[in-house]
Amino acid sequence: MRKKVLLNTSEIDIILHRLACQLIENHNNFSNTVLIGLQPRGSYLAKRLSELLTSTYKIKDLKLGFLDITFYRDDFRRREEPIEASSTDIQFLIENKKVVFIDDVLYSGRSVRAALTAIQSYGRPESIELLVLIDRRFSRHLPIQPDYKGRQVDAINNERVVVNWKETHKKDAVYIEPK
Amino acid sequence: MKQLSVPHLLGIKYLKKSDIELIFETSDHFKEVINRPIKKVPSLRDITIANLFFENSTRTKLSFELAEKRLSADVINFSASQSSVKKGETLIDTVNNILSMKVDIVVMRHSSVGAGVFLSKHVNARIINAGDGTHEHPTQALLDCYSIKEKLGSVKGKKIVIVGDILHSRVALSNIFALQLQGAQIKVCGPTTLIPKYISSLGVKVETNIKKALEWCDVANVLRVQHERMDIKYFPSTREYTQLFGINKEILDNLGKKIVIMHPGPINRGVEITSDVADADQSIILNQVENGVAVRMAVIYLLAQQIKR
Repeated sequence: MRKKVLLNTSEIDIILHRLACQLIENHNNFSNTVLIGLQPRGSYLAKRLSELLTSTYKIKDLKLGFLDITFYRDDFRRREEPIEASSTDIQFLIENKKVVFIDDVLYSGRSVRAALTAIQSYGRPESIELLVLIDRRFSRHLPIQPDYKGRQVDAINNERVVVNWKETHKKDAVYIEPK
Repeated sequence: MKQLSVPHLLGIKYLKKSDIELIFETSDHFKEVINRPIKKVPSLRDITIANLFFENSTRTKLSFELAEKRLSADVINFSASQSSVKKGETLIDTVNNILSMKVDIVVMRHSSVGAGVFLSKHVNARIINAGDGTHEHPTQALLDCYSIKEKLGSVKGKKIVIVGDILHSRVALSNIFALQLQGAQIKVCGPTTLIPKYISSLGVKVETNIKKALEWCDVANVLRVQHERMDIKYFPSTREYTQLFGINKEILDNLGKKIVIMHPGPINRGVEITSDVADADQSIILNQVENGVAVRMAVIYLLAQQIKR
């Protein structure tokens, strides 16, 4: 099987606007809400959404942080390759805040599980929601579901979903390809 | 993807430059972790570490123990003063007994040179050398270099003088290896009786005048006079040592530049440095201690990463 385009640039653009509007619907002016991008890949989506919310939807003082979950993963020493850590950058307290985790692809749910543990080091949030661009349905290992999703796909296990952002790959696109 | 090139941390001389860079990158992440409200990560929750200290230690032992606990490892401690070593047990027997309790990593300090290397050949665990006699103390050198890098931006091209008892100092030797690997220039300064004969073969210059040494350097790493390792008199009196090699505020103020002062501890205040120097803003002695935990977390994490079950 060849590489197949799942979402093109304009479809991603529409989805980003929809996700931003859905966030506004639930979080009003974001005075008690923080966005947390899960490192490394969720950070691009988090930055993009936060730019959109600030520039197009005029949200002021939006809080955006980045959480690295490397040290909280449950596959430490169980993988062939060592995992490289990224940096965590959270310049605010999350005590009693509504937290929105942002990631590009939700697959087994294990990264989100690790993020749920990791975020506890920064306080006790009022609630945690999950936003993903791609939800790979039927492949979950844990009971974790997204609150906001860009597109749901039924990719099988020997396929891979690849998200390219214009920051790193010249244009936005989501592909599905064989492993 | 990156991994250390060695299975144990026995000394800096076994490391490559890329290993040190990897340890520093990982230390950056752990430094962020230990400044969080909750300073703990669960990475090593299925790893057991034994701290075997056959020689006295306060800060290194505490620092290792804290690093291990912040990584969620299980920790057992052992001090030779309260053990069967006194009853005549050999090193391998002691360690194998401890390893039978399913220990994955051994952190060891021992008064014999090469104790870590010896152990790594005979027991099945990852070994971290926390000081072997007058030979090496690799984690101290790593945290010293990390602190210099943090303060001055890089180690490359910097001029470092190591002052004091070079002959008996494992900190000095490990520091020389680590600093040279990263491209620093090194001089040593101390009484000629306490400078090893073959120091020049390491590419290190000797300076016996403390003022000239300080004028030359960007960083002065001041060592403690280790009376406990001196079997004979190496200098006439402590007072004379202080007059010739002690660093005080007056000398520093007359340099015309601000150098960085480091000390691996414990400090003999009023001997190798005066109190006002130890507590001055150019001293990074307490930063070294903080960085020690982060660097040790990085070393343990990177070695544990290689353990396969």
